[in-house]
Amino acid sequence: MTLDQILVMIGGVGLSALVAWYFWFSEKKAVKVETSDSGIQEAVIKVKGGYTPDVLIFEAGKPIKLNFIREETAGCTEDVIFSDFNKRATLTPFKTIPVDLKIDKPGEYGFQCGMGMIKGKLIIS
Amino acid sequence: MSNNGSSTKNYPVHDPVCGMEVKSPSKHFIDMNGKRFEFCSDNCKSKFELNPHEYMHKQSSEASNRTTKDGVEKLQLPIQGLSCATCVNTIEKEIKKLPGIKSAVVNYASETVFVEFKNAETSTSEIISAVKNAGYQTGKSTLKLGINGMHCGSCVSKIEKELSSTKGIISASIDLGSESAIINYVPGSINVKEIKKVIEKLGYKTFDTSGVKPKEDGKEQKPARTPAQAGAGREEPVDENQAAREKEYNTLMHKFIFAAILSLPVIFFSYPTVWGLPEQFQMGSPILRYIWVAMSFLSLPVMFWSGAQFYTGAWAAFKNRSANMHTLIATGITAAFLYSVIATYFPSVFPKAELADQFFDVIFVVVALVVLGMALEIRAKGKSSEAIKKLIGLQAKTAKVLRDGKELDIPVEEVVLDDIIIVRPGEKIPVDGVLVDGSSSIDESMITGEPIPVEKHGGDDVIGATINKTGSFKFKATKVGKDTALAQIIKMVEQAQSSKAPIQKVVDQVSGYFVPAVIIAAILSFVVWYVVGPAPQLIYSLIVFVTVLVIACPCALGLATPISLMVGVGKGAENGILIRSGEALETAQRLDTIILDKTGTITEGKPSLTDVIVTNNFSEEEVLLLSASVEKVSEHPLAEAIVKGAIDKGITLVDPSEFNAVPGHGVEANVNGRKIYLGNLKMMKKFNIDLGGLEEKSTHLADDGKTPMFVAIDNKAAGIIAVADTIKADSKDAIAQLKKLGLEVVMITGDNVRTANAIGRQVGIDRVLAEVLPEDKAINVQKLQNEGKVVAMVGDGINDAPALAQANIGLAIGTGTDVAIEASDITLIKGSLKGVVLAIQLSKATMKNIKQNLFGAFFYNGLGLPIAAGLLYPFFGVLLSPLLAGAAMAFSSVTVVTNANRLRNFKAKIN
Repeated sequence: MTLDQILVMIGGVGLSALVAWYFWFSEKKAVKVETSDSGIQEAVIKVKGGYTPDVLIFEAGKPIKLNFIREETAGCTEDVIFSDFNKRATLTPFKTIPVDLKIDKPGEYGFQCGMGMIKGKLIIS
Repeated sequence: MSNNGSSTKNYPVHDPVCGMEVKSPSKHFIDMNGKRFEFCSDNCKSKFELNPHEYMHKQSSEASNRTTKDGVEKLQLPIQGLSCATCVNTIEKEIKKLPGIKSAVVNYASETVFVEFKNAETSTSEIISAVKNAGYQTGKSTLKLGINGMHCGSCVSKIEKELSSTKGIISASIDLGSESAIINYVPGSINVKEIKKVIEKLGYKTFDTSGVKPKEDGKEQKPARTPAQAGAGREEPVDENQAAREKEYNTLMHKFIFAAILSLPVIFFSYPTVWGLPEQFQMGSPILRYIWVAMSFLSLPVMFWSGAQFYTGAWAAFKNRSANMHTLIATGITAAFLYSVIATYFPSVFPKAELADQFFDVIFVVVALVVLGMALEIRAKGKSSEAIKKLIGLQAKTAKVLRDGKELDIPVEEVVLDDIIIVRPGEKIPVDGVLVDGSSSIDESMITGEPIPVEKHGGDDVIGATINKTGSFKFKATKVGKDTALAQIIKMVEQAQSSKAPIQKVVDQVSGYFVPAVIIAAILSFVVWYVVGPAPQLIYSLIVFVTVLVIACPCALGLATPISLMVGVGKGAENGILIRSGEALETAQRLDTIILDKTGTITEGKPSLTDVIVTNNFSEEEVLLLSASVEKVSEHPLAEAIVKGAIDKGITLVDPSEFNAVPGHGVEANVNGRKIYLGNLKMMKKFNIDLGGLEEKSTHLADDGKTPMFVAIDNKAAGIIAVADTIKADSKDAIAQLKKLGLEVVMITGDNVRTANAIGRQVGIDRVLAEVLPEDKAINVQKLQNEGKVVAMVGDGINDAPALAQANIGLAIGTGTDVAIEASDITLIKGSLKGVVLAIQLSKATMKNIKQNLFGAFFYNGLGLPIAAGLLYPFFGVLLSPLLAGAAMAFSSVTVVTNANRLRNFKAKIN
């Protein structure tokens, strides 16, 4: 085996490990959403290729308002689906589309685009 | 103010003429129509006397809302349906249960509630729901209005403030994002026109959210209408999402055309040997090198304009530590670009001259094809959601309402409960209601899926959004706004389309890992080809790397289930079948037993009187008079048949006393001082009645499928009254179809074994569960489930609710406008059993479609990825070109959507 082959091999395996770590094992930043004076937990989620922020922490039992702003026209993110609650919203580009939820049971609830490629998570504590 | 007991209470009332607040009791008052009207002065009083009707109506529905400095709000709210003075207490008590209520006084005469409350502790809407809890309606209407010209949060609060301080408006909430307001108001006190005026006075424009939207420059923007829709008198709502989709499609098509045109010369000069170009265009020539330079420049707009979404999408996902299709394409074309640029500008970097090759063609072709694929997908997806758009478009816009003897043309949002609405031939029925005057045939196909118009007469239910064909009639609104059948159908369909079929779980597990796994596979393929592959290794490694990235299609995988579900559920709604969720759909296709409730499901559920047999010297008239009188107070369908039978024979009924129903047995009561027992054999045995020869006669009746009921008068057998329920016209056919679908069909009924068997024989059901008490139906469902069967129960949503809930699938046969039946998984709006067949066939078709999609997507990726990685090369010397990979990827997701759209052509197979 030549030197370049060895280097490519080490590089390839190292890069694969990096990909796996970055996408699967690295800790995702979660955003804790505070309750407003009116008792609503309100958050703005930017939609562009993904959800920013995509992991949000809420308190159980209080109303939640997620304001989605889709800053792209690409079709992928047109729908956002909360399948645990049979809820779907069509995100009109560049508009604020609110999704109202009230979750009483603590746990983790996912939300995703129509194809399930882009995902986010609500952590209810 | 009023002539009931609450007149000593000192609360503010309004002068019906000038609207001023007057302390009650006032010196100036008039008693009229049982109500007391109070005035600020004699002047107002005399005005009222001249024209009382003008002011009376005004007062009865007035609502107002004032807040003091210390946060105490004074609310005045009209209440509908106050029929007795005791109701007053019920409502007051219910409101006082709320926190922060200082006082709550209901005025029976003016049908108004006056509430003083701390607005920090409770809200107007809570008070309204308290009134509802007490069993009454407040005269509230909800208006959704578009508002143009809002730019910031302060505009929102400005309008909200102005609206909530306007008389007659209960609450207003404005959403900046959707440029719309939801306003709760009291109709009669203020109307839509006036509300619009309030907003427009502040400098904003208003538009009906379902109608024509004015543009910023004031010109009106006509909603898109197809000739067919225009012809049917329907207006398609302005759908911004559809417009956005259309725009995106056009942009993508332009991007595709741009990349496609440029790709032609690029492909031409990329394969000089293939086309047999002259020597000066072959590899290594200076002319070709200049051409490569030109390609490198041309590839920039292709990558960063035509393929811009790949980079923005990939970057956005990357920041979120996730990866998607864009990541794969962006990585693939970037790798090809970088390699080609180095080969073009720094060929000496490569140890061998042959390695200095370019792959610009990959960029052009992959970008062009994938962009085309995305465009086609948008088109196809638009079709998939057509069903729900059609449903939304069904809503009527206006209604002709009869108020104060005048016919008013008002927006459908302003229709309130108990409004009398006039419908002429060819017009759409605006809301749900009960026909009160006239008759007509009505086309209900859009809601029930039943193509034949239905004849309707006084007392029949009419459904909003259906079309009146022949006669004019008046009907009373019983459901408005979000309570109408159509609104509930739309909500249910939307929910079902957003639900997840259990089969999707596999995909969910895979999809989270899919894209990074593909990237790793591409890297490792590169390494393997570099280390053990044939020369030139670097070229092969790069080709394999790019091909693996490009061929993977996560979208096909992700789309497979939801897109079919969307089309399938929509198709169901078109046929009057409401499927609650993906799970219901998935269970429905693996059923093996179906239990049909007899009454109302197999039969019409409206039995009629057939026989009266007498014994012990009782006369026929006497027996019928006494039994029908007993049944007068019972709500059982059999009872209605007897009562109707007696009335038809001209018998005048009397009121029974000490009425008592013995569940599963019958009823007892006293009529004209005589003790009557009416019921089945168990009932007679319970009271030790000697039946003599009656039992045999009842057997004969039962053999004919009739339901005999024994009558005993003063502890002596008097005779038998038999009723029979007619079998629905298509029940027999539908049951045969269900059997053909491989289902075991079981009938369940409270009838005796003989009657039940007779009906069973007539419709072709072998297994009959008879004499089942209503509360035992669920247990019988469970028994069948214990036999290891997947059981569906078909019944009405009220009496059969526990059994529907117990069954693996509960199918509720809808009754008129009640469509959102909680206990059911599938609701059939139309009462026919054919709907059950259709529902099961549709579930099977949808699941088959989902499976095809999933198989296709898994098969495609499972086969495509190894081939792209070069697995066939050692055996056949075949290596996939990245160009082909791009084509395959682009059309795999289009194929999935197109396959799902095939479901739109689903037709029930019913003979």
